[in-house]
Amino acid sequence: MATFKDFKRVSETVWEIPTAYKEGMRVPARIYATRKLMENMDEGVIDQVTNVATLPGIVGYSYCMPDGHWGYGFPIGGVAAMDFKTGVISPGGIGFDVNCGMRLVLTNLIYDEVKPQLRKLVDRLFARVPSGVGGSGFIDISQNEFRRVIEQGADWCIKNGYGWAEDLDRTEERGCIRGADASKVSKKAVERGFKQIGTLGSGNHYLEIQVVKPENVFDTRLAAAFGITQPNQVVVMFHCGSRGFGHQVATDYLQIFLKVMEKKYGIKILDRELACAPFLSPEGQDYFAAMKCAINMSFANRQVILHRVREVFSEVFNRDPVDLGMHQVYDVAHNTAKLEEHTIDGRQRQLLVHRKGATRAFGPGSSELPDIYRKTGQPVIVGGSMETGSYLLAGVEEGGQTFFSTAHGSGRTMSRHQAKRQFHGKKLLEDMEARGIYLRTASFSGLAEEAGPAYKDIDEVVLATEQAGISRRVARFIPIGNVKG
Amino acid sequence: MPFKYLEDIATADVAFEAWGRTLPEMFVAAADATMNAMVVDLETIEPKEVREVHLESESLDMLLFQMLQELIFYKDAERLLLRVACVEVHGGEGTCTLEAEMRGEEIDPGRHDLIVDVKAVTLHRYRVEETSGGWESTVILDI
Repeated sequence: MATFKDFKRVSETVWEIPTAYKEGMRVPARIYATRKLMENMDEGVIDQVTNVATLPGIVGYSYCMPDGHWGYGFPIGGVAAMDFKTGVISPGGIGFDVNCGMRLVLTNLIYDEVKPQLRKLVDRLFARVPSGVGGSGFIDISQNEFRRVIEQGADWCIKNGYGWAEDLDRTEERGCIRGADASKVSKKAVERGFKQIGTLGSGNHYLEIQVVKPENVFDTRLAAAFGITQPNQVVVMFHCGSRGFGHQVATDYLQIFLKVMEKKYGIKILDRELACAPFLSPEGQDYFAAMKCAINMSFANRQVILHRVREVFSEVFNRDPVDLGMHQVYDVAHNTAKLEEHTIDGRQRQLLVHRKGATRAFGPGSSELPDIYRKTGQPVIVGGSMETGSYLLAGVEEGGQTFFSTAHGSGRTMSRHQAKRQFHGKKLLEDMEARGIYLRTASFSGLAEEAGPAYKDIDEVVLATEQAGISRRVARFIPIGNVKG
Repeated sequence: MPFKYLEDIATADVAFEAWGRTLPEMFVAAADATMNAMVVDLETIEPKEVREVHLESESLDMLLFQMLQELIFYKDAERLLLRVACVEVHGGEGTCTLEAEMRGEEIDPGRHDLIVDVKAVTLHRYRVEETSGGWESTVILDI
């Protein structure tokens, strides 16, 4: 097996694997990483990023972001753009947790004001935002009403009193992607997900109270534009997706694609998890419309959680959430495929951009961005491990090199079982508390799996994205309270 | 237990190998491996509820895929933790069928020490094979 030393180093942070590396590669692969990250990159990433390069219609390069690691089908951190006429759509390029993403919410409180209330806040958030295996939410709706949710997304929530109208401006796709068609979704998917709105899930999903220390603001102008204006300001960040509904949509279409891919369309793939169909085929279009329902479910899920977060802060501080300045900064997704216009060799082209564990990061001036962020570039929320911290980045003009995509997290380096052997959930919780991070969890075993050392160094990951010119650092957040799924 | 978790593949997810002398034995083992990724002690799942499952597929390996997927479905749709009490698998030309009886109970965080949600069964490195000693499978679960 070739190692990274055999690859062409295009720049300090871009490593290229030529098409000669593997039979069937239609484009070269490019991995974004510092040398340190590259030295420790999973061998699975190399195999998977080059497998993706064989998919029909892929344009430019098959990419992997600096937080990349071994996934299924695509690597986690994978980005692939397909020509919309000749290319394919692949559930394995999106992930089962469709539109899994991050939401960042401001407060005008500072650490000293929050610290005396921290336990109460975390305890109430833990009680009010259900987490863990098979968690169900507080919104009691029929399956028919759920079908409206998946077509309307966060819009449905605002209409039903779960949020502020301005939240929609600060959500990708304004919280409702057009073209979602509930008739393309199985009964099973609806049955699996209709009780789960407003739930975090488990694994690496979390809800955190975080602090921005003055020394962790990298760009004061952008930070101010995103609402971070005070030393030691407190923010809330959470990470979750489309829950069982999205997982079922992906599973359903994976099986449909397997049946037609080779027999009907003559497409051969190197890993069954890369099952795909031509984007413009009936199966491809059906999946696209169903996947959009999962995108909307995920926006609705995070919108309802935001509503709960505001309720809890309001109760604990006995102040209105408006008065507490609880504006949403942005909601970004990192498991999607979207039709976007990009300039390739001076020509505008319609591309279906798959991002699996990668975040869209449009630069300043993009017409896709809301007015408030048109000049700054897109806010990009990168979630780190529960022990180390997270980042707010911004999209940059040079980001076109990766179809305006950047990292999504810190990226795992240790298997879940190894982490459980090395760390003990209860001890970890006590250690974190001693360090000023108060945490509640649905599972101590699950907690041990998420220990900080199981992840890459997030500082190195975001530095790589800045050095490569695909996003810019704005601020780093330190966790002080955590609800762990 | 007739299954083991594999550490060196798919870092963020859970991979396992399950085996049995017969096809039904291997299916039961794979079901337990899937459930054991979510619950620390399978013995804490009491057989209070029954769900009968009938599945059809063009291949044996996709039949196992579908059966594991049923366990994940019931975990979300009805909050049920289930184990496969008995299963019959019929392989044939073109169509394979499965009849399974799954038994278990609703999630009770007070009694069930839960770990993580399994989101889906993936097909990355997925394998069902007959061996000299019986049947084996390799499965990676999305976490």
